[in-house]
Amino acid sequence: MFGPSARFLIVEDSPTMRQMISFSLKRFHNVQIIEAVDGLDALRKLAGPEKIDLILTDINMPVMDGLKLVSMVRQNASLRDIPIIIITTEGAEEDRERGLALGANAYIAKPIQSSHLIRTISELLATA
Amino acid sequence: MTDESRAEKFLELFNKSREFTEELLRENERLRRELGALEEQTRDYATRYTEIEQQNNNLASLYVASYQLHSTLDFREVINVVQEIIRDLIGAKAYALLLCDEGTNMLQTVACDGEDLMPGVEKISVRVGEGVIGEVAKRGETYYLARDDENAKPSLQRPLAAVPLKIKEKVIGVIAIYKLLVQKPAFTAVDYELFALLAAHAATAIFSAKLYSQSERKLNTIQSFLDLLTTSQ
Repeated sequence: MFGPSARFLIVEDSPTMRQMISFSLKRFHNVQIIEAVDGLDALRKLAGPEKIDLILTDINMPVMDGLKLVSMVRQNASLRDIPIIIITTEGAEEDRERGLALGANAYIAKPIQSSHLIRTISELLATA
Repeated sequence: MTDESRAEKFLELFNKSREFTEELLRENERLRRELGALEEQTRDYATRYTEIEQQNNNLASLYVASYQLHSTLDFREVINVVQEIIRDLIGAKAYALLLCDEGTNMLQTVACDGEDLMPGVEKISVRVGEGVIGEVAKRGETYYLARDDENAKPSLQRPLAAVPLKIKEKVIGVIAIYKLLVQKPAFTAVDYELFALLAAHAATAIFSAKLYSQSERKLNTIQSFLDLLTTSQ
């Protein structure tokens, strides 16, 4: 489904969740995983030479949270088309609406199910 | 051809056509049964596929939890990993990690989350053997509130679940879970597996990290003492 050249950026301050997401993705598809520990770190990685095909971000992070990251990516002309999935413990409907209103393409509440994550990514990249 | 022979011919044709129709109907019925069996088989495969996917997901959670718990010897980092497992993999919103002080036989909160939802969770202090949490530490058996009373609401003294952290039969602490995330209505099968994993692996990881920091401190003291001796000579 994804070519070996697809690059996914995981933005998450918890090493456990980073590994969980990364593990879920590697188990199913041959994609290159790039990791960032907060929003600012993610922006640095997005400014690098490697094109990112998908961003998976947490909301609650130190330095720069996920909502700020989503909003900054959507305001940047060269990054605004990258699909973004929010993966967070904030599962209330108003949190979901806020995340999607800021420009995220999908919203997944933790704890994640690998199959749900893969399905969401597949649907997103198929329509991108 | 007479009328009679024409009628016979027609009857013969009619009978052949009836036989053919009956055969078609039988074939149709056989195919319908075959299709039913195939549909049943497909449903069975779909169920098994879902089960295997769930199993894979569970194994991934267990693998990651175990890997992370033993990835460091730093006490604070181990505590952080335990918190990440409770929050991100189990989906707890309010919980406390209590460790036992062998000198006083008291269990005290060393890490927690959800102070706004369960006030006092940050400073729980319970004697081993007293109350639900103390009993869990004494007996070394996991407690679930729903097993006690399906409609009971959790309180500081009666959490949703209390998991002993054990090294063989010795309990070094307890994880008390008070509230789950809004999107998580109840514990799932993998949560019970994660509790079992935490009970053993978190205990050994915490214990190893404590021993390591103690030995580091001792090593530093001895090194300082040796430095003092060599400089004074």
